[in-house]
Amino acid sequence: MVTVDAARRAVATVADPELPVVTIDDLGILRDVSIVDGSVVVTVTPTYSGCPAMDVIRHEIADRLADLGVSDVEVRTELVPPWTSAAITSAGRAKLDAAGIAPPGQVASGPVPVRLAVRCPRCGSLDTEELSRYSSTACTALWRCRSCAEPFDRVKEH
Amino acid sequence: MSFGYVLALADDALIAAQRLAEWTSRAPELEEDVALANIALDTLGQARLLLTYAGELEGAGRDEDDLAYLRDEREFRNCQLVELPNGDFAVTIVKLLCFATYQHELYSALRDSTDERLAAIATKAATETAYHVDHARLWTLRLGDGTDEAHRRMTDALGRIWPYTNDLFNGDWIDPALLADGTAVDPATLREPWMSTVDKVLTEATLSAPDDDWAPTGGRHGEHTEAMGYLLAEMQYLHRAHPGASW
Repeated sequence: MVTVDAARRAVATVADPELPVVTIDDLGILRDVSIVDGSVVVTVTPTYSGCPAMDVIRHEIADRLADLGVSDVEVRTELVPPWTSAAITSAGRAKLDAAGIAPPGQVASGPVPVRLAVRCPRCGSLDTEELSRYSSTACTALWRCRSCAEPFDRVKEH
Repeated sequence: MSFGYVLALADDALIAAQRLAEWTSRAPELEEDVALANIALDTLGQARLLLTYAGELEGAGRDEDDLAYLRDEREFRNCQLVELPNGDFAVTIVKLLCFATYQHELYSALRDSTDERLAAIATKAATETAYHVDHARLWTLRLGDGTDEAHRRMTDALGRIWPYTNDLFNGDWIDPALLADGTAVDPATLREPWMSTVDKVLTEATLSAPDDDWAPTGGRHGEHTEAMGYLLAEMQYLHRAHPGASW
């Protein structure tokens, strides 16, 4: 029988299908791995309600566990507490940045939300602008760098 | 919690998603194409969570696909606002402003529902719909306060859409027991905050809310406009023609 640690290590390598440079663990959507009555129970949470990657993620989790000889797998989806972009690990943020995707800033809070300048993940300039609140995935916005003129995706604060 | 209440919220989200998705590859600019598709994806995701829950509440073994694809027009409980044809871009934006603001107020209130499952879905959806309201707000400002042509079209769109917003706040179809035990929200209580947001956006956009004249109703009871049958035919055709197809 597989150990919880081994199962967790295997599941944690599943890449996000839409942002394949980060794993589901990096994104903070892998909530828990446990063994209940001999079956491996993996709990995940969606970034957005309509995240189309969830079905693929469930299949990938089952595949990784099958590689360890585990066939009795249950993938649970948990909505509470809701995912926020603050759940992305620092390793995840570094990987996004290295891949040209700007990581999210702090979620605005307090009476006066302060929005910090967004750094271009390609050239490092702070002279950037938002082109559209929506981009290639539900969790990113489309930005452009005024210095190097390159467009880039940015994971939204959420 | 009742099947009928959750089903109506699900149908609003599902039919709104279907209409928004019609813009895919046809929006006035690429960024807008992506934006409307993403908003549709959000509402479709909400619809899937709600339909799945509704199916469990009903207890008849129907899943999200059965409910979305195998019901006929009279069994749909969405408000008529969401089924109205997209019209030109102004109509779509006015519809989005009115509907997203309603959804945002509703989901925000349902975060405190005594039904835990519904509260969890609403908590996620409230954050998402805040983005939708903002998107509609930015376009309303740009078009209403834009060229004469854009302003004229937004005014026409408001005239066409506005009567259908009345029914959003009509709670005659909700079991009073659900309001009493705090699982459901009385839509009448959403009207004031809704109007406050919408009116502020319209005023800033140099537009104004039309005078109330008529208030079509019936969607919550399965009575729909002539547009609904065509929408369902397109949405359900593939699933009905090829039951169980997958790829």
